[in-house]
Amino acid sequence: MQTATTAAPKRTPLHDVHVALSAKMVEFGGWYMPVQYGPILDEVRTVRTTAGLFDLSHMGRVLVRGKDRIAYLDRICTNFVAKIPQDAIRYSLFCKENGMPIDDLLVYKGAEEVFLCVNASNTGVDLAWMRQHAAGFEVTIEDQTDALAMIAIQGQTSTQILQPLVQGLELAKLGYYKFGFGTVCGIENMRVSRTGYTGELGYELYIPRAQVTAVWQAVMQAGEAHGLKAIGLGARDTLRLEAGMPLYGHEIDANHDPLSAGLAFGVSFAPEKGEWIGKSALQAIAAAPQWKLVGVKTTGPRVPRQGYGIAINGVVVGEIASGSISPMLNTNIGTAFVPASVDEAHAKVELDIKGKRQEASFCALPFFSRTRK
Amino acid sequence: MRPNDRRYTQTHEWAKLEGDNVVVGITDFAVQALSNGNVDDLVYCDLPEAGRAVEAGQTFGEIESVKAVSDLNAPVTGEVADVNAAIEDHLEVLSKDPWGAGWMIKIKPGAKSLDHLMDAAAYEAFLQTQAH
Repeated sequence: MQTATTAAPKRTPLHDVHVALSAKMVEFGGWYMPVQYGPILDEVRTVRTTAGLFDLSHMGRVLVRGKDRIAYLDRICTNFVAKIPQDAIRYSLFCKENGMPIDDLLVYKGAEEVFLCVNASNTGVDLAWMRQHAAGFEVTIEDQTDALAMIAIQGQTSTQILQPLVQGLELAKLGYYKFGFGTVCGIENMRVSRTGYTGELGYELYIPRAQVTAVWQAVMQAGEAHGLKAIGLGARDTLRLEAGMPLYGHEIDANHDPLSAGLAFGVSFAPEKGEWIGKSALQAIAAAPQWKLVGVKTTGPRVPRQGYGIAINGVVVGEIASGSISPMLNTNIGTAFVPASVDEAHAKVELDIKGKRQEASFCALPFFSRTRK
Repeated sequence: MRPNDRRYTQTHEWAKLEGDNVVVGITDFAVQALSNGNVDDLVYCDLPEAGRAVEAGQTFGEIESVKAVSDLNAPVTGEVADVNAAIEDHLEVLSKDPWGAGWMIKIKPGAKSLDHLMDAAAYEAFLQTQAH
């Protein structure tokens, strides 16, 4: 869905930092963002071997408060918000009545509030949807996207780098998809979560706009001896694909439902959750799946790209959702939608690039993950 | 200033008359935009077979970098007379010598004129209008 705006892209509070690092800046989701500081594949390898620092300030941040917050979120989220333990995080989606996603998001369940992190390109649509469905619930919806910046440190050395800068929160004891609050570079009560979009150990930090540059610089300095580098969105996309994580506009969008994309873990049909928007449509899809998302790899020269065909036993029946060169697998990888009936063990798979065929094979998802495998 | 012995397209190909043929390649600006100065970011180049008909302004091949695929457009209408297949395995040539060893195809043109294309000065001015 495109909003009819011609406004200039927004700049994150770290814009000048990226420019000083000679980043290539591109428009992404309504923001100027660093796509790369150096060769993209080198940046991927850095995160896989040491650690990388990312500016994620373009992502949407929304705080939901009020006594009906849980019931309200259980009405618009696919996951079971009431069941999320306090201080834990769950993956969820907002879907329309037809079961098709508006966006995917992370839900941080606090004692008194629920914090949501949504995609940059969908933030406006998400907020409109949330406000539209708030009628009858005692909730307040606060858009914190401009007030709070967001950075992520990802990679095996992240804990070593970050812990000396954090007081009052023991990072090594923070479980995967858990969050806490600590003093970060002297700034009290900062939200820190053990989450990420890379398949690596790592943390995401939410820092007030005015202070994020100082935190970024302090983390970069602390990480210098541990191989930390600034990493752009180009590498982030390859890292998330290797980790088998979906990207809105690729694995899910207005035409690709979460169940076909293999995201059943983010969808709850538990009777106690009650009725929610999109439930019956998704139940129908669950009862009779038409499509499934599979991993493919190919040793041929062409990299799978969104929209390329997938031929099974010679006939084009599916389509690539995402693709990349994979430095970890040392081959070209992608995700693809194919009919649910395809027998992965006995199918001959080819990429179809405008009629030209290239040999490929199926591969289990995720391609690589230190957090999920 | 870029070489004055050839003409340029708005999609950053160059075209040079050489005997009966028009030699075609891409400019240093195109290589820089595709690779961001990182030679390894260029991953694939798909060129046509000799004998194929090409049309001015239409795609004759594709060049692929880590994150994007870009069309290669024919500067003139004609038939592909020769292909520099060697560059498919040595894309670094495009960074080192886009004007010479990095040529991509030779077209036997229907009409032997490049007057519809920009000269080096006009291409320079065109790039200025593209700067952000």
